[in-house]
Amino acid sequence: MSSGEKFLQMFIAIFAFIAVMGVVLFLADRVRSRRGEVLQTVAFLLPATVMIAFGLLYPAIKTIMQSFQDASGTSYIGFDNYKTIFTSSDQLIVLRNTAFWVIVTPIAATLIGLVYAVLIDRARIEKFAKALIFLPMAISLVGASIIWKFMYDYRATENPQIGLLNQILKSLGFDTYRFLLNDPANTLFLIVIMVWVQAGFAMTVLSASIKAIPDDIVEAARLDGVSGFRMFRYITVPSIRPSLVVVLTTISITTLKVFDIVRTSTGGNFNTSVLANEFYTQSFRAFNTGLGAALASLLFVLVIPIVVYNVRQMRKLEAR
Amino acid sequence: MTTTTPEVPTSAAPQVSVAAGEAHKKLTSPWASLAAAVIAILWTVPTIGLFISSFRPENEVKTSGWWTWFTNPSFTLDNYDEVLHGSDTNLATYFVNSIVITIPAVIIPITLATLAAYAFAWMKFPGRDVLFVAVFAMQIVPIQVTMIPLLTKYVNPPFGLPSLAGSDAPGGGFYTIWLSHSIFALPLAIFLLHNFMKEIPAELIEAARVDGAGHVKIFTRVMLPLMTPAIAAFAIFQFLWVWNDLLVALVFAGGNQDTSPLTVRLAELSGTRDQAWHLLSAGAFVSLVVPLVVFLSLQRYFVRGLLAGSVKG
Repeated sequence: MSSGEKFLQMFIAIFAFIAVMGVVLFLADRVRSRRGEVLQTVAFLLPATVMIAFGLLYPAIKTIMQSFQDASGTSYIGFDNYKTIFTSSDQLIVLRNTAFWVIVTPIAATLIGLVYAVLIDRARIEKFAKALIFLPMAISLVGASIIWKFMYDYRATENPQIGLLNQILKSLGFDTYRFLLNDPANTLFLIVIMVWVQAGFAMTVLSASIKAIPDDIVEAARLDGVSGFRMFRYITVPSIRPSLVVVLTTISITTLKVFDIVRTSTGGNFNTSVLANEFYTQSFRAFNTGLGAALASLLFVLVIPIVVYNVRQMRKLEAR
Repeated sequence: MTTTTPEVPTSAAPQVSVAAGEAHKKLTSPWASLAAAVIAILWTVPTIGLFISSFRPENEVKTSGWWTWFTNPSFTLDNYDEVLHGSDTNLATYFVNSIVITIPAVIIPITLATLAAYAFAWMKFPGRDVLFVAVFAMQIVPIQVTMIPLLTKYVNPPFGLPSLAGSDAPGGGFYTIWLSHSIFALPLAIFLLHNFMKEIPAELIEAARVDGAGHVKIFTRVMLPLMTPAIAAFAIFQFLWVWNDLLVALVFAGGNQDTSPLTVRLAELSGTRDQAWHLLSAGAFVSLVVPLVVFLSLQRYFVRGLLAGSVKG
């Protein structure tokens, strides 16, 4: 297809969509009676709910059922797929890595975001300083992975280096290091990429709630002689505790589902795979539908408690 | 849906009282400034390194570090030329695909979500609250869980509808991607827009109803103008999400050159040509430029959306 044809397809799709919705709404508006009200409700609600039922509810149920089936999805095999996840040595590494990701990423990103937000709070160049940390959020995880892969690039020690981190190691007199190859530290170096992206999110939300701390609390503490680190520890952190929890849980949820970084950086090789990547590999590369479905369902099960906790904390925040 | 301040943080600085300003001075030590500077440098240097590399000639990129550029500057656009038009990479095609994917994938879910959000906020029908909670709950379904059944249904749709996937699918195969992105966006979009709509005073709606306006008129004449900032905030999110997405495109575009976006091609290059840094660096920036422009020019809306809790995964 040429570019022109693609744009044509796009305009046809947009035009058709708008035309259909316009006609439906116009017709619904014409009927003025009790029936008309019902018709309007249906016109407003039906497209979205049908799409959600077809695209989320039905597939979720189907996948959970598939997770109890064999590789080709023909016969039921009970919990065997789940047994594989929790016993096979490859899958155990996947679980170990996923645990690493979900524990380290939220804590590191939130800590850095929080410290940075406090440090630059009310600084003269605050807006600019924020934009610097925030920018990685706008770019794709694929782009971020390439940016960091370049940082990690490896050349033997005697050669000129093109990766900054190995150049630093070399300048300090160390041997250069294969950041993405050496297991298990390589997972940590991939986590760095996610922290780099997510710190901006943490910083923005936490900065907003730091600014919401009433001035008189800060003032009173200051009159009592509290300052510096003690101010941070005893005033700032307790005051924004609910926001901290929301940021931590939100980042854990995102991290659990992330697959782009592992896919782009290592392709899941060198023992770096995580649940979301393993799901993709099993489903679309190894064509083991059953195991893929079980991995996806496990992801689902792991996400639920964090989401529930996250929503509860948000409710609390709203109520304040 | 979250946080105590609706205020945009970037605009909050001028309102600081004198007392607080003084308190601040006592907090800021040279060490604090140093720590902030270190973080800021750590967060920008990786990007700068790749950016500089994208303008260096191939042999230099491959044999010397980008930091030597400061003592030995050179400049070329060859990398961009090759990455965009070279037969091997041909990113120009994928750039077009990204645009063609993204625009409908933003317009369709936002239109449908705004309509549904209005119904949940201002229309009365039995089972409304139950249905709304159900839609809200759908947010927790990770998209991985939906992919295989959805793909199966696209290939073999129910009721004898034409297949949406494959080489002779209508629209060249874009429909599966548009539809998937739209579906995945809906629960969060409905939830957020509903929250914004609920904040609009009921009297406004009542008055319009008394004047004889139907729901369609109220929606188009009253609601849409008031909702513009909220819609803009979500539109930016959805735009960045779709443009930067890899998983949905990988699964539903099926690696087809006619429908795959930039991210798919870049991830592929990163795997197959992982030492072609002159191409990878330029390629990465080709994919970054659109989201960066969108983000920088509409940052205000983006931050507002973020503080309203629009975070998706």
